Amino acid sequence: MSAEAPAPGPTPSQTVGPFFGYALPFPKGGDLAPAGHPDTITVHGWVYDGAGQPVPDALIEVWQPAPDGSRHGAPGSLRRDPVTGAVLGRDGPAFTGFGRIATDADGHYAIRTLPPGGVPYLSLIVFARGLLHHLHTRVYLGDAEGDPLLGSLAPERRATLVATPEGGRVHRFDVRLQYDGVHEETVFLAFD
Amino acid sequence: MSTPLTQGDVSAEIADERAAYAKRLADGGAARDHPDRAYAPYRSSVLRHPKRPLVAAGAAAGDPEAVELSGPVFGVTDVTALDHDLTRQHRAEPLGERIKVTGRVLDRAGRPVRGQLVEIWQANASGRYAHQRDDHPAPLDPNFTGVGRTLTGEDGSYEFVTIKPGAYPWRNHVNAWRPAHIHFSLFGPAFTQRLVTQMYFPGDPLFAYDPILQSVTDDSARQRLIAAYDHDLSTPEWSLGYRWDIVLDGPAATWIEEGR
Ligand SMILES: [Fe+3]
Repeated sequence: MSAEAPAPGPTPSQTVGPFFGYALPFPKGGDLAPAGHPDTITVHGWVYDGAGQPVPDALIEVWQPAPDGSRHGAPGSLRRDPVTGAVLGRDGPAFTGFGRIATDADGHYAIRTLPPGGVPYLSLIVFARGLLHHLHTRVYLGDAEGDPLLGSLAPERRATLVATPEGGRVHRFDVRLQYDGVHEETVFLAFD
Repeated sequence: MSTPLTQGDVSAEIADERAAYAKRLADGGAARDHPDRAYAPYRSSVLRHPKRPLVAAGAAAGDPEAVELSGPVFGVTDVTALDHDLTRQHRAEPLGERIKVTGRVLDRAGRPVRGQLVEIWQANASGRYAHQRDDHPAPLDPNFTGVGRTLTGEDGSYEFVTIKPGAYPWRNHVNAWRPAHIHFSLFGPAFTQRLVTQMYFPGDPLFAYDPILQSVTDDSARQRLIAAYDHDLSTPEWSLGYRWDIVLDGPAATWIEEGR
């Protein structure tokens, strides 16, 4: 416990496994935007494996700045009833910046949120059975001129990080865990 | 159809991976704290791990303003008083060996990680998850769900009261059994520090056979996934105590706002 003790080595990652579904996801986990907010955007897509098959047991987490650019988040993503222990859902006004969505039986996920302030992207983490260590990626929305990460990538790699507009404030973003013979593998990120 | 994969096949692959890692170290390679995402003895990884190298992002790649250097926050509204005690979430007590699991969450500089959400999930004492897709023919326990959460204290400490989970079979290969473990999910002040992992119990005879634990090929790193039995944490006539400290990897938050 002394301050001089050498920093201990990091705890290794292990897979989230197949049975997180009754523990980690929570109701309205993908609904970051207050219900009915006129600026709400939808980001949705499918997660695919290296055989091109959808992944029905992936968990996606999203983190982003509030529309005003602030990055301090707010508690209450999992807001719970202290009497019954049930999930109450977000309180409405507070923008927590955090969401968590399990893919459905088709490997599909959807996030309803407000546009991030100050940056053109949402930060995602992908967890799944079979992934011994989670994966970071980003969903770029619209114009990302001058972005240092996108600028460092070859065009076909860059394209994997840019959501496809589907009209009506809906954006499609698929995650390809591995090249499937046709589709490029999504760019995953390392921070150090 | 190919012949069924045996424990012997998987154990031989585990030994090969271990030898390859030892050679990498001997050749001057860096020690690895985390498993490789590509670890063939764990068959589910084969089609699900990226084959391209990860792309550097964040401060080291010239972007100190990366959003991932900040992270979500959680508070008392996200956790209820009973969430950390998995033995008190139902009308009666669950079956099994009552245990306390406690420790501290630290960042890689050894500083306590305060006020962060810790979530756990686990099988019951018979090795069965309260999950529809767990069809292992072991009994469900109506008094045990196996989900807990808590916030770390000022010193980074956390504590859960639960029952010791059982080992359970899975279909990686013929006669595959997971050693008893508790799944943990952890946050730090930065999204880059996120960790999902598993805590194991000391002396489990299944360690050598399990490709998920063995995916951590570095001996000292793998040892850090195993809790210590601590007799001083055991409560007379009530529960056994285990201590497990967790160290989050990844750069810590650089983005600090006034008042937080
Ligand atoms: Fe498990």
